[in-house]
Amino acid sequence: MSDREHGDPLRVSRRGAVAGGIATAAAMTMPAEAQVAPAPPPPAASVTLKVNGRASALAMDTRTTLLDALREHWKLTGTKKGCDHGQCGACTVLVNGTRINACLSLAVQHDGDEITTIEGLGRPGKLHPMQAAFVAHDGYQCGYCTPGQVCSAVAVLEEIKRGVPSHVQADIAAKPAPTPAEMRERMSGNICRCGAYSNIIRAMGEVAGA
Amino acid sequence: MKPFTYARARTAAEAADMVAGRPGAKFIAGGTNLLDLMKLEIEAPGHLVDVQDAGLDRIEATPDGGLRIGAFVTNTALAADDRVRRDHAVLTRAIVAGASGQLRNKASTAGNLLQRTRCPYFYDTAQACNKRRPGDGCAAIGGYSRQLGVIGTSRSCIATFPGDMAVAMRVLDAAVETVMPGGATRTIPIAEFHRLWGDTPHIETALRPGELITAVTLPRPIGGRHFYRKVRDRASYAYALVSVAAVIQPDGTGRVAFGGVAPRPWRVEEAERLLPQGAAAVTTRAFQGATPTPDNAFKLPLATRTLAAVIADAKGETASRPPELTP
Repeated sequence: MSDREHGDPLRVSRRGAVAGGIATAAAMTMPAEAQVAPAPPPPAASVTLKVNGRASALAMDTRTTLLDALREHWKLTGTKKGCDHGQCGACTVLVNGTRINACLSLAVQHDGDEITTIEGLGRPGKLHPMQAAFVAHDGYQCGYCTPGQVCSAVAVLEEIKRGVPSHVQADIAAKPAPTPAEMRERMSGNICRCGAYSNIIRAMGEVAGA
Repeated sequence: MKPFTYARARTAAEAADMVAGRPGAKFIAGGTNLLDLMKLEIEAPGHLVDVQDAGLDRIEATPDGGLRIGAFVTNTALAADDRVRRDHAVLTRAIVAGASGQLRNKASTAGNLLQRTRCPYFYDTAQACNKRRPGDGCAAIGGYSRQLGVIGTSRSCIATFPGDMAVAMRVLDAAVETVMPGGATRTIPIAEFHRLWGDTPHIETALRPGELITAVTLPRPIGGRHFYRKVRDRASYAYALVSVAAVIQPDGTGRVAFGGVAPRPWRVEEAERLLPQGAAAVTTRAFQGATPTPDNAFKLPLATRTLAAVIADAKGETASRPPELTP
């Protein structure tokens, strides 16, 4: 949200409108006794994360996933919530350099960890090579899965460099190469409903060959 | 998700005591399956004991020439270990055939063994399920059962164990090491780890309340050629309809276990002795007494064909090659 939006009471962000609408609906349907006797606050914990190079500590409900911590507490909404069950890969971030599904991890499990989100990979005007390659090759259409695709793609090339094996290797003891078949297999945890897969592989191929 | 408190254990024994001392407490390692189920409130622990600081993240050589794999070793780290790739390749092949890269980076060795079934009726809380609510009935029986079990199931539950890693561990004769509250330890052969649950399908493993897996051990390497062939509805990131883990020796003998067919990795030692007679001889014996549904009866001939492909590969009749992926 820009400063101008903050300063103008008539401008309502999409996020604010949705949250306000839900809160209003909840208040209208809440039984009277629930309003006079609120439940005790749920267990909370302080979580320190080093997000994109900056460490900070925030208190949150223990149920908060790493994904919700990044989006709702650190206000880094580049990381997307798709299925919230580890099936789509939209929430992929790097934890201590390794890609995981942020939706299937509790923030409290990551106390002290270093997190890199799409905001930490590159910025407008200073894109990460993978972001630039996605732009050059049209590696997206609607863009919703793209932050997860880019984080995953960066990590996949690292995994291939480190020699992490994959299902498509004929010789499982050999060092893998960044072939299209390898990249497709390793990207199978990132779903793109627009079907930009072919262009994503081209973008990855460009970065792998650079 | 139900509220819960959270604590970290410094040792495995401490973790076991922490869970035993709190009704409704559970261990959390990677958490990829547990959190998935907690969001649906199929699992609703009141307290989580995190074992990430308990020193269970190493793979060590054992004095008898095998390996001891810490319970918290990630699936990726286990699959990528040079000793595993060289000496127990069926295990690497099985692990990389499962889940996605992101999940394998987070999921642990013990958690992989303890993952719950993916039966859609187990995941749908509006449906009857004896695993979720003992005595509730089973909506899968008579329901949509294409993915579900063909053998070792019961009148209470026809779910399958969904993992790939454990199928390879079964052919390697792995053993599960545990610690119990109070500090006593024991070793459970992988063959006895996943139960044939009968009328108690909510009890899936041999673990007792508060018992924590500390490691999985592999005996010394058994040589042979290692295969994990998985047949599924898409080329990657899908559960097995049928999978075959096999170690075939130069003389044609070997070991075979099937995944995707039963409540546990399905290995019948009497059946695998028939390997030199061909795939049909093995599967006829291995699936004797099978109780498939009309939806999943295809798994029986599919198991035979999948094993036949493995045997052909072992003989060099077809090149061992990765699955074709459409460009």
